Amino acid sequence: MLRHPGGVIGMVILFIAIFIAILGPTLFPNSPWRMVQRPFLPPFTNPAVWLGTDALGRDVFAGIIYGARVSLLVGLVSTLVALTVGVPLGALAGYFGGRVDDALMRFTEFFQTIPSFALAIVLVAILQPSIYSIVASIGIVSWPPVARLVRAEVLSLRTREYVQAAIVTGQSNSWIIWREILPNALSPVIVLASLMVATAILLESSLSFLGLGDPNMISWGYMVGAGRTVIRQAWWITVFPGVAILLAVLAMNLVGEGLNDALNPRLAKDGR
Amino acid sequence: MLSFVAQRIVKGVVVLLAIVVMNFFLIRLAPGDPAVVMAGEAGASDPQFVQQLREKFSLDKPLPEQLASYVKGIVTLDLGFSFRQQMPVSKLISERIGATLLLTLSAFGISLALGIFFGTLAARFAGSWGDSAITAAALIFYATPIFWLALMAILLFSVYLGWLPSFGYDTVGANYTGLAYVGDVALHLIMPAMTIGLFFMATYTRMTRASMLEVKRLDFVKTARAKGLRDNVIQRRHVLRNALLPVVTLAGVHSGTLIGGAVITETVYAWPGIGRLMYEALLQRDYNLLLGVFVVCSAMVLIFNLITDLVYRLVDPRIEFAS
Repeated sequence: MLRHPGGVIGMVILFIAIFIAILGPTLFPNSPWRMVQRPFLPPFTNPAVWLGTDALGRDVFAGIIYGARVSLLVGLVSTLVALTVGVPLGALAGYFGGRVDDALMRFTEFFQTIPSFALAIVLVAILQPSIYSIVASIGIVSWPPVARLVRAEVLSLRTREYVQAAIVTGQSNSWIIWREILPNALSPVIVLASLMVATAILLESSLSFLGLGDPNMISWGYMVGAGRTVIRQAWWITVFPGVAILLAVLAMNLVGEGLNDALNPRLAKDGR
Repeated sequence: MLSFVAQRIVKGVVVLLAIVVMNFFLIRLAPGDPAVVMAGEAGASDPQFVQQLREKFSLDKPLPEQLASYVKGIVTLDLGFSFRQQMPVSKLISERIGATLLLTLSAFGISLALGIFFGTLAARFAGSWGDSAITAAALIFYATPIFWLALMAILLFSVYLGWLPSFGYDTVGANYTGLAYVGDVALHLIMPAMTIGLFFMATYTRMTRASMLEVKRLDFVKTARAKGLRDNVIQRRHVLRNALLPVVTLAGVHSGTLIGGAVITETVYAWPGIGRLMYEALLQRDYNLLLGVFVVCSAMVLIFNLITDLVYRLVDPRIEFAS
């Protein structure tokens, strides 16, 4: 991992983002919703609000600090949701094969064919925008690759001798899957998961941009969306939050690639 | 070949039916009694009208019957009625779908052409500074949110440089005809198509580069070299052709994401396609229209997948159609 320069850069950006997300609100107590200065204050003119203010006089920098929470949280939790759905499905399909495999894989393919962003929009709109519906929707549209990857890993691992030995000694199926097979399938799943966090951050920001964000939490996508109509007068309202999204996604992708090179040199080329 | 196509079409229809059924249940998940919601959308709420709606859309019948009539409606291309826009959903969509096809297909062409070009270039000079520059640019575009890229493009090319129009499909009130009109639309198309195109270009660049480097090491390339073929011929006929297979697969997988990109891009550039229509439906919480667009998007993705599957089979001589 450390020998991969991109991975190191990604780690550094990611640590800064996590630090900001956890400690930011205590260090910068300016509420992102409160009017602190006159509207449309350009950046780098007042050190107290150095990234300027938006159309309602709210601190852009405070928005970026608080927005880090939503982006990272949604990225992480929705990936966990996708793993909780995808890992068991993939494991069952790969382990039992036959009809179970057929049925589960048709189900997976079905979800893979549906245009994911469109489905996410529909789900959030129908369930009403909230942090929960956003996490659930992103999880629902992003589990199929996990299921396919886990299935492929399980298929190849189940013929190994130690798994055969466990079957012979009469271990239960669930014990074999959870204790013998899945731990050995962990590293490609970790790599995929880190890349999925990046995609989830992008999805969340796109949903918030379209006005489907949690109305009680400020997020980077929402900020860009809100600044969109006044972009001709005030470029900074859209530029800075966008840079934040770009950096967070880039960092996650770099970390994912670094992990890929470190954990499975064998799979170095086909992580996705 | 024919049986393969038939098989794929049947499979696609089954998937589409499943999506329609899912859609039916999604509508029922929407908040509130559908009839009351519809009445609200139509701007009236007296109980008599609500009852009428209930009968008209068979909401008073048991669920399986409702499902049957819904599916029957979709099969006959009746996607319901948008009370907000006072028009059948299918009419709204058919008016807009051309613009979306123009946008997504141009974006797809741009991304594929540029992606393969830059990927080949990077693989050819792997390890050089040019390769590093291309790889870095691809990484950055891959991480850039499409909506933000769109806004930055407007800022640069419309607001500061004033080169390109920032929104719309054609110049309103200009009344161009013939070639002038085509040019006008093309001018409006550049930014939206490039915005979607650059994101996908990044993926195709990375994929082409990786797969060219992999194919380069294979035995038949060595044989070609031993035969004394010129490097250009080897790169083009042997390496590129084989390296493109995973790129074609990826293109098929991406068709759904392409539609998602269209929703965002059309919203930012006010491009009058079905993506923009979806956004309008979203703003007005027009669920009939929202789900109608969703079904049509899914159908488009299925058709696109079918086409890429066929292309894959045409490009790859190892695959037989009989299977």
